[in-house]
This record gives sequence, structure tokens and C-alpha cells, in this order.
Amino acid sequence: MIKYVIKRILIIIPMLVVVMFIIYSIMEMTPGEPARLILGTNASQEAVDQLTIELGYDRPFLVRYADYVVNAFTGDFGESWQTGRSVFQEVLIRFPTTIKLAVFAMALAVLIGIPLGILSAVKQYSVFDGVGTTFAMVMASVPSFWLAMMLIILFSVKLRLLPSFGTGSFAHYILPAVSMSCAEIAVLLRFTRTTMVEEIRQDYVRTARAKGQKENKVVFGHALPNALLPVITVTGTEFCGMLGGVVTIETVFSINGVGMLIYNSILQKDVPMVMGCAIFLTASVMLMMLVIDIVYAFIDPRIKARYTRAAKGGKASE
Amino acid sequence: MSNNREENKMQKEVHIPEMESLDEINLDEIPKMTRGSQLKAVWKRFCRNRLAVVGLVIFSIILLTAIFAGVFVPYEKALEQNIAIRNQTSSAEHWLGTDNYGRDIFFRIIHGARYSLLTGMGAVAVGIICGGILGALAGFRGGLLDTIIMRCTDTLLCIPFMLLVLALVAALGTSLTNVLIALMLAMLPTYARVIRSAVLTVVDADYIEASRSCGAKIWRIIFKHVIPNAVGPIIVQATMTVGTMIIWAAGISFLGMGIQPPTPEWGAMLSEGKNFITTTPHLVLYPGLAIAITAFSLNLMGDGLRDALDPRLKD
Repeated sequence: MIKYVIKRILIIIPMLVVVMFIIYSIMEMTPGEPARLILGTNASQEAVDQLTIELGYDRPFLVRYADYVVNAFTGDFGESWQTGRSVFQEVLIRFPTTIKLAVFAMALAVLIGIPLGILSAVKQYSVFDGVGTTFAMVMASVPSFWLAMMLIILFSVKLRLLPSFGTGSFAHYILPAVSMSCAEIAVLLRFTRTTMVEEIRQDYVRTARAKGQKENKVVFGHALPNALLPVITVTGTEFCGMLGGVVTIETVFSINGVGMLIYNSILQKDVPMVMGCAIFLTASVMLMMLVIDIVYAFIDPRIKARYTRAAKGGKASE
Repeated sequence: MSNNREENKMQKEVHIPEMESLDEINLDEIPKMTRGSQLKAVWKRFCRNRLAVVGLVIFSIILLTAIFAGVFVPYEKALEQNIAIRNQTSSAEHWLGTDNYGRDIFFRIIHGARYSLLTGMGAVAVGIICGGILGALAGFRGGLLDTIIMRCTDTLLCIPFMLLVLALVAALGTSLTNVLIALMLAMLPTYARVIRSAVLTVVDADYIEASRSCGAKIWRIIFKHVIPNAVGPIIVQATMTVGTMIIWAAGISFLGMGIQPPTPEWGAMLSEGKNFITTTPHLVLYPGLAIAITAFSLNLMGDGLRDALDPRLKD
């Protein structure tokens, strides 16, 4: 098990190097001279040339990229070309806001999606099932940024109940979290329903029923724990996807998170900042996936047993 | 029961030849008959799902509106500005009201369907072709090539989708073609994976082995035998992702990095209207509804197609 975790962590390093290369190459293709973008159109050619040398843009692309990778692995992500502040500090300040928003949205999706999915599966082909699956389909079709604007119109403009921008209090997170969670509710509802329906049809469930076990005990005691195992993986994957999709929601609600930072940095061709955000988000996604796999191995006795058996077998063979 | 009856009927219809008379048989006839009856069976199963049919009808209306937009309303009408009638709500003359420049929102939505559908369907079509080639090669060849392609797709999938798309659009420039390319590139790894797994399900089949032993070239086997037999999951994935692509394309335009105003694209309309949501909410209400209805119809269709193409998947 430890061997597997170490192997997975080590794989993250080359993957991050490749991700850095992809984003660095894309940013290189972006039109405009960095020095000219920083100094403005009125700056003299001498000043632009001098800044180009200072930024290292007089060197070949691969040399600059290699330098960046080496610095990044020593914790130096450079300074923002726009603000002059440390990229690491800037991202670190904004990261908790984005994580908080994503966690709220995911919690909402889990609290609504999973129970509705269970209900749809248990009452398959009933009115509950029909309403549940149609609701999921509608949720999956609504653009989150549009829903965000509709919620602002209703709750902030008409009813004046909730704030429409900023992150001062818990109330500020309600509308963005609701808008972000709609697509995730749809995914979790449908997935939980599918796994639960499959589980209910298993032989052990039939045996439990045949033995006279109460229906509630059969559903919640036997089928549900097994059905929820794959749902954990999907929840994690969706959370990772959510981290990448915060850009539009943060823009609508003027939330100063990583999404907004990425958007502004891409517009201004602030290469160090875009790279910093990309590395942070990608590393978070990779680590999250690793955590899910480990948690999954610990929760599922079948996978745990496989690792234990493998370890014992290994020792025996030694 | 009905499926068994259909199978029996098909078995009766297919003439099983004697070994001596193999030269006299027109081999093209057999697959044609089978394919035709398979399509009929899929269509029957699709029609049994009422919601899927509703989705198909709605999408067909939207598609026809997009194709014949110019016949209903000249394009110039969607761009025509008239400050005297700006920000008007619904009326007999302007069904969905007018925007901040006095342009008719209904006319703009009709013409916007063209751009949104073109972006969604175009990105999926090109993505499926490119992802299909990569996925089919990986699944069919296996070995080192499979490992390289799959590790590349794994890495690309780790990059947050919106970050990748925005960076690509910023690099390529804001235009319909570039949005399409960016979306296609961002979706490429997903398609490659789906098509690879679909190919893996058929790659060891006897008919592939037979084709190989006859000396057929790799591309012939992939296009003639592998892809047609693994097409089910590909079609389902394509239908489902057109809706998602339309939403993503609108999101890019909404951020001001996609198709630019005054082009009547739905996302661009939302972007223009977002600054007036407190005073004139109808500017964002109708384009958003158009996106949601289109995506909804595509999701319904995708769901129905999935059940129709592989009834085992139906719960």
C-alpha cells in the first residue's frame, strides 16, 4: 500500500512537468511582446528591449522553460508581471476562497443529489423516480453562470435577501454555491441512482429479503454502503472539475478567488501568474485523485484485502 | 419476448450457405440486411422512450430554425440598431423585447442558434474524428503506443478544462473557429479515452482476427470493422457532449473571450446583458433559456440513444 502511494506521488512530478510545458507553450503562442504589454504602448523601444532582457525573453524558449521548472521545484514561482508581487503569495491568498466555494457547492450537491438518487432507485419507475431523473436532466442543462444571474435577480434584486457579490460572510457564498452545485447535483443524482439500482438487484439483497429482513434495513444497511463506494470516486472527480470551472462563477459574483485571478492573468498575458495558478490547480487535482484512491482502498474491504493479500504474498515469496 | 421473436425472424431470413456454394453468394447482402434491421430495432427502442422523442422533436425544431434562420428573418434584422426602442419588454412587435441597442432579442436568438449549434456540433465532430483516430490506434495497437497516448490524455485531463480552453483562446485569438479548435483540443483526451475503451471491447473479436489473417491493413480494419462495431458509445458520448459544448462555448463568450458582439451568439448576448440585470433582466433571461432548452433536448436524446443502442444499460 505504501509502495503504491509513493509510486503515485512520484508520478505526479513528471505529469506536472508536462502540464507546465503545455501551459508554457500555449502562453508563448499568445500574441504580444511581454515587455510591451507590461510597459504599455507609449514606452520607448529601449525600455522595452531592456525589460525583455530582464525578463529573460531574449533567451530561447526551452532554456526559459527549463529555468522555470527548476525554480518552480525550489518553490520560486516568480513574480507577477502586472503587480510585481510573489505569485506564490498571491495564489495562496486566493486559494482558500476558491476551496471554500467549491466545498460549499459540493456539500450542497452531496446533500441533495445523493438522497434524491437513493429515493429514485428505491422507488424505481414511480413518480419520485420520474421527477428525480427529470430534475437531474434539467439541472445538467442549465448553464451555471446563467443560473447565477437568475438567482441574483431573484434573491438580491427583487427579494433583497442575499448579497450579490463579494465574500464577506457565509451569506455571500450561498448564491455562488447554489449556482455551482446544479450540474453536480445532476451528476450525483444520476450516478447514485444507477449504482443503487444495480446493488438492489444483487443476490445478497435478495437473500436478506428472503430471510425476512425489514426493507429499511435491506436498503440502508446492506445495499447503500456498497452503492455509495463508487459515488465517493465520482464526488472527488466532480470536485476536481469544479475547481477548474470556478472562473465564470467567480466572475459573475466578483469573488476574488483563483478563477478570477486566472482569467485576469490570461487577459493580461501575465505568464508567471497563469503558470502559478495552473500548477496549483493541477497539483490540487492530482493530489485529490490520490486521496480518493487511498480513501477508497481503506473503505472498501475488497480492495484493502487485495493489498493485504499482495503484501503477505510478497513477504511469503521473499 | 419480442426481442427473441425478432432474433428468430432474423435468423430465418439469413440464408446459411453450403460450403460448396460460397462463391455464388453476394457477401455484401448479408451485412446490409443485418445493419438495416439493427437500425430499425434501435429506432423502435428509441421511439418507445417518450422523453427521448420529445428531445428529438425540440432539437429538430432548433436545428431547422438554425439552418433556415435567414429565411425566417434576414440577418441584418438581428443587427439592426434603434436606440429609440432600446430595452423594451415583450410586445406584439418585439416578441422577446429589445436589447440595449434596440435590437430585437427574438431575431438575435434565432440567428444565434446558428453559431451556438455550429460551435457545439463542430467541436464534437472534429474532436471525435481526431480523438477517434488516437483512441482507435491506442486500443487497436496496444503496447507502447497505447501507453504513450493514454499517459498524454491522463496529463491533459489533469489540467482544469476552463483554464486550458481560456489559455488556448487567448493564444489563438477570439473567433468562432478558434473557440471551436480550443474546445476540440480540450475535449480530445476524453474522446480518445471513450473511443479506446469502445475499441477494446471489439478488438479481440473473431471477425477482427479473420480480417487480420486475410491481410487487411490496420486503417481498413479500424474504419471498416472496429469503429462501426464500437459506434454505440461514441454516438451517445457525442450527443451528450454537444449540449455541454454549447454551454462551454457560451461560457467562453460570456467571459468576453469567444465570439464577439454584435454577432448574435447566445453567450455573447448574455455577456452584453449581464451589466443590465438589475434594470432589464430579460436581456439575459431569453438567451440563457435558449441554451438550457437546447442542452436539455440534447440530453434527453442522448439518454434515449444510450438506452436504444445498448438495452442492457437501461435500468
